[in-house]
Amino acid sequence: MAYIKIKRPELSLADKLYVPAIIKGLWLTFKHAVASVRGKSQGGKDMASSGLGITMQYPEQKWDEHLPEYYRGVPALVTDEQDRERCVSCQLCEFICPPKAIKIIPGEIPSDDEWAKVEKRPKEFEIDMTRCIYCGMCEEVCPEQAIYLRQDYAVTGLTRKEMVNDKKRLYEIGGKRIGLVNKWNELK
Amino acid sequence: MDLAFLAASAIKIFVFTFLITLPMIAYSTYAERRVSAILQDRVGPNRVGIPLTLFGGKKDWSFFGLLQPLADGLKGLLKEDFTPAYVRKSYYWMAPALTAVPAFITVCVIPFGSEITIFGETIKLVIADIGVGPLFIFAVASLSVYGITIAGWASNSKYPFFGGVRSCAQMISYEIALGLSIVPVLMVFGQLNLSDIVNEQARNGWLIFPAWGDGLNLGRWLLVIPLAISFFIFTVSIFAETNRMPFDLPECETELVGGYHTEYSSMKFALFFMGEYAAMIVGSALIVTVFFGGWSLGFGLDAKFLMDEAGNWKAWAGLVHLGAFLTKVVAFIVFFIWVRWTVPRFRYDQLMKLGWVVFFELALVNIFLTAGIMWWISR
Repeated sequence: MAYIKIKRPELSLADKLYVPAIIKGLWLTFKHAVASVRGKSQGGKDMASSGLGITMQYPEQKWDEHLPEYYRGVPALVTDEQDRERCVSCQLCEFICPPKAIKIIPGEIPSDDEWAKVEKRPKEFEIDMTRCIYCGMCEEVCPEQAIYLRQDYAVTGLTRKEMVNDKKRLYEIGGKRIGLVNKWNELK
Repeated sequence: MDLAFLAASAIKIFVFTFLITLPMIAYSTYAERRVSAILQDRVGPNRVGIPLTLFGGKKDWSFFGLLQPLADGLKGLLKEDFTPAYVRKSYYWMAPALTAVPAFITVCVIPFGSEITIFGETIKLVIADIGVGPLFIFAVASLSVYGITIAGWASNSKYPFFGGVRSCAQMISYEIALGLSIVPVLMVFGQLNLSDIVNEQARNGWLIFPAWGDGLNLGRWLLVIPLAISFFIFTVSIFAETNRMPFDLPECETELVGGYHTEYSSMKFALFFMGEYAAMIVGSALIVTVFFGGWSLGFGLDAKFLMDEAGNWKAWAGLVHLGAFLTKVVAFIVFFIWVRWTVPRFRYDQLMKLGWVVFFELALVNIFLTAGIMWWISR
């Protein structure tokens, strides 16, 4: 091993006096203060700043238009182009869900239905948002690409019951997704 | 000792402590948080106001969060006052008061304004107009070290103990520099009465900016050099005395958890806080009084607008001076805050070296320098 001796830098008189460095620091913070008060802090625009520093003041300002595509918000069910429920109630998401937030009661699709060949769809599908940890495992495990983490993040409710998203609500949040797998419909 | 004097003193004590100093303490905590936020590109507490929506109003009034100190005080009173089982109870209870009380006592010699005339009585805007002003402040303010040391000791655990010991050593080191640095000032004025010192400055120029009156001569301006050194040492020592950044080693949350007040909660903790801020306000007031002309408007404006032909202050001059004084003090408090959020903490050996090796000697040499210049002028 090569042995390298490093010499500490010699401090000049100005360094030893501290004072020039302190004045420099005071000037730096002063510049920040001026920019902050004028609402021109560096990076403030990208952070949807409230005009004071770079801080966004949440309920008044929201970051929605800056949310990335991959943002993991509320999990929700989606339908395909022909308004068919994608979910076939295989219950994989229910089993994988680490906090056990998902509850599915499978139901048969009656034989006279247009989608009878799919055989099953959820009769009830509940996601308890007081339990959900937004891990995204349900989305990852779903073989039908039926459940997605959407961009909603403001989940509030006054009772525990309100915090449980039932099937209707899940489809409301999820909406329609186009151009993914076309396993069961006529578009394949 | 007549009745009017007693009544006036009581009113002065009430006004200066409860209507000026205490609200200033409360609002310097608010200023600390807002100014630090602005320096760091943040917002700070800007929400606490009057919740009108609770009473059926349409919108809450937030006033930029100006009611935050009230909420903080209420929180301090309502929180559980927890006394750990292993502390020395009597000292533990005594310590917060010992920190806060000296800082409040020192307020009594600070001249808040010149004088006002009511009902033919001329009242000086200082609680105790005594002839040993700065000495009194040093004597009493240095007592607050007992509060911190006792707090550290009585808490009976490691980190508070470290905080207390550090504070003790630090205060002693910087007290010397503080006392020596003010000697040149007293040499120039030739007296120790703070009211008279300010009066002198109002007529003949502020101590480190003598630009009017008798201050406009070469000798006086030469004296500005040692006095500026004095001012520098004095200000830095005040920083150390009040345990403010960059010398807040007794607290030092990154090394000592919370330092001497680790074991304290609720209003006892708040008392330490109040003591610290009161010390900061008195320190600023002292710097302003001694070096920046105290309550005087400066630039010869006092003599022009606030005096009658005979050279006496007008009846309402004191109120203008009170405003001027408070403005200067607030400016200094903002400076204190600005420094706190800029300069990182000194290492402990650096702190000791700075106190004993640099400032002590510099202050000592400065006295001789001042004496030399004064001798040269009087020749």
